[in-house]
Amino acid sequence: MNKIVEKEYFSEKVVKIVVEAPEIARSRKAGNFVILRVGEKGERFPLTIAGADPEKGTIILVVQTVGVSSSKLAALQPGDFITDLVGPLGKATHVEKKGTILAAGGGVGIAPMLPIVEAFKKAGNRVVSVIAARSRDLIILEEQIREWSDDVIVMTDDGSYGRQGLVTTGMEEVILREKVDECIVIGPAIMMKFAALLTKKYNIPTLASLNTIMVDGTGMCGACRVTVGGKTRFTCVDGPEFDAHQIDFDEMLMRLGGYRNEEKQAFDNYVHQCQCQKEKP
Amino acid sequence: MSIDPETIKKERSAGWREELRSKTKNKDRVAIERVHMPELEAEIRVHHQDREVNRGLTLAQATLEATRCMDCVTPTCIEGCPVSINIPKFIKYIESGDILSAASTLKETNALPAVCGRVCPQEKQCESRCFYVEKLKKPPVAIGYLERFAADYERESGSCNIPETLPPNGIKVATVGSGPAALAFAGDMAKYGYDVTVFEALHEIGGVLKYGIPEFRLPNAIVDFELENLRKMGVKFVTNFIVGRTATFDDLKEQGFKGFFIGSGAGLPRFMEIPGENFNGILSSNEYLTRVNLMGAHSDDSDTPILRGKNVAVIGGGNTAMDSVRTALRLGAERAIIIYRRSEVEMPARVEEVKHAKEEGVEFMTLCNPVEYFADKNGRVNRMRVVRMGLGEPDASGRRRPMVIEGSEFDLDVDLVIVAVGVSPNPLVPASLPGLNVSRWGTIIVDEDKMQTSIPEMFAGGDIVRGGATVILAMGDGRRAAEHMHSFLMTK
Repeated sequence: MNKIVEKEYFSEKVVKIVVEAPEIARSRKAGNFVILRVGEKGERFPLTIAGADPEKGTIILVVQTVGVSSSKLAALQPGDFITDLVGPLGKATHVEKKGTILAAGGGVGIAPMLPIVEAFKKAGNRVVSVIAARSRDLIILEEQIREWSDDVIVMTDDGSYGRQGLVTTGMEEVILREKVDECIVIGPAIMMKFAALLTKKYNIPTLASLNTIMVDGTGMCGACRVTVGGKTRFTCVDGPEFDAHQIDFDEMLMRLGGYRNEEKQAFDNYVHQCQCQKEKP
Repeated sequence: MSIDPETIKKERSAGWREELRSKTKNKDRVAIERVHMPELEAEIRVHHQDREVNRGLTLAQATLEATRCMDCVTPTCIEGCPVSINIPKFIKYIESGDILSAASTLKETNALPAVCGRVCPQEKQCESRCFYVEKLKKPPVAIGYLERFAADYERESGSCNIPETLPPNGIKVATVGSGPAALAFAGDMAKYGYDVTVFEALHEIGGVLKYGIPEFRLPNAIVDFELENLRKMGVKFVTNFIVGRTATFDDLKEQGFKGFFIGSGAGLPRFMEIPGENFNGILSSNEYLTRVNLMGAHSDDSDTPILRGKNVAVIGGGNTAMDSVRTALRLGAERAIIIYRRSEVEMPARVEEVKHAKEEGVEFMTLCNPVEYFADKNGRVNRMRVVRMGLGEPDASGRRRPMVIEGSEFDLDVDLVIVAVGVSPNPLVPASLPGLNVSRWGTIIVDEDKMQTSIPEMFAGGDIVRGGATVILAMGDGRRAAEHMHSFLMTK
């Protein structure tokens, strides 16, 4: 049981929560994730750690409500407990001084990008960040990203904030403007697919951090398998970061939909239940 | 770790044992037919994931079956038991009507008797060494059924006897994992007086007993009860904790832990690496069984989704394959097929599991192997290609080597495929210990007698050492590790 000590809404659907997890706060590294479960009937699901305070013994998670489990987590209040929380899982980001790093984060992917940006900056790199989302209210953690970046470009699909366009537009601008030694991309699979195609065109080594379906997160179930360079790998123990140019994103997109019907059914039931509860006198 | 023959002899000559032996003549004992395990009817059980198939013996059945045992001078059955249960002693207690003493006898050497009585392959162990089999060529005494009976009787009687423990010695030891190897280790170390903490990565204690074996074969409540016994012996349980990740071994040493037992299991599922294997609807038996057994995905109130198939193929011939295919039937499959590349004779699954699966309507396609999968436009598997196999000369395992029969491919309509072709050791723990000697298969290398690794204070056992074995072999490892860690820590 891990206590929620703080909660902040970034937007209607995106919530930041600060959770007590003293061991993980000490042992986690940039790129690691945790597995959570909310309620005794809850599902296990992964979330990448967005930050930690080892002194206070807390970690930061950012969740976007898309289904039952993320909605249940987002509905918890400070003082409530997360039933189960385990980590840190996955291989940490390989951080070293490389020169100029281009970090591209899409939507809620900006949150797990933050510790990676911080780590690369602290390792002495020049860091240029491109953060992108559909609209202004989905751009999160801009101030914190700025703190650890030499330059930040904000892109929105609808032009409601920053510049109008996709993340790749901002990335290409940086690539044409200066020498980039390595890229890291985190966000929706479709965004990472096109970001990887772009950097491949310019031959820039690129890492993508994947968020696949998982049950245990420790290598046991194989639900998270992805094809990288023609070989099947497990995101949980071999990743979550892989060479973006080798990832079969189309297969990954297909696999993310593996339980879509079941998930939709469950979410409809959940929404219905919540409404019923609200309507009760 | 085997019990000292002198002790066995001395206990055999106890007055009550002599009296029992003289009460019934051996020729009357051998005339009794071996008991049949009462079972829930196939047509009923196939609709219930949570109802146990084997119902257990009645007191009358158990007493009669116990009477078959001739209380041999040289009980070879004990040699067949990886945890050296004093088999004649517990069986004779049953015959005498003192079932609670029978249960205590089991717990002298076995921390999980109700579990072992259900899932051990007794036909390959104790029962294969029974006098009836070795000398009389008759069906063996049903040692497994009797073990289960005694453990269940004690649990249901409510008067549970906790094994005696030596006074606390204040020395902290830890297990990594909470499966059968770790639990057996924990039980023995608690008896020696150690302060034992069991660390588990998942949110439930029990390892494969919880996530792997289905409720129709091993109810979770039975596992929980045996865990409660360990708790009463002073064993502490910590869930959601990955030793080497959440905290390092060094962190734990700083907290005073002096010895570690690694029983982290064979976590990683193997796939066949054939075209189309990553389509949706093709999953490992680990994933399928974990969703159902650990997460309860088959019940409506669980948030964990499960794929239900009409035409389900399960690849493999082991117990895990049987558990998967029988689960698929219970979750509504119209057709559930085992696809196995050798013949039924070579199947590693227990005979009882194969029998139960057949009674429930599982189809067996032996000497067949998948070669490719096909999917619909959404990427969900809808067809598989299978090739027929023949058997050649025996391979390293002693079983005849399966060989592809060229041109024998045929297609099957399937909408769910469970791959149960084995597991590899979990890399998480070895990866966090650079000084640990690991084989090229990823198993931890130990001194086979002591179960000690290349790092002296670390012992290991179960599937992380064996690469894939049974509950009882894992428990035997745990017990041996406990015995040798105890002498290691005492002479340090």
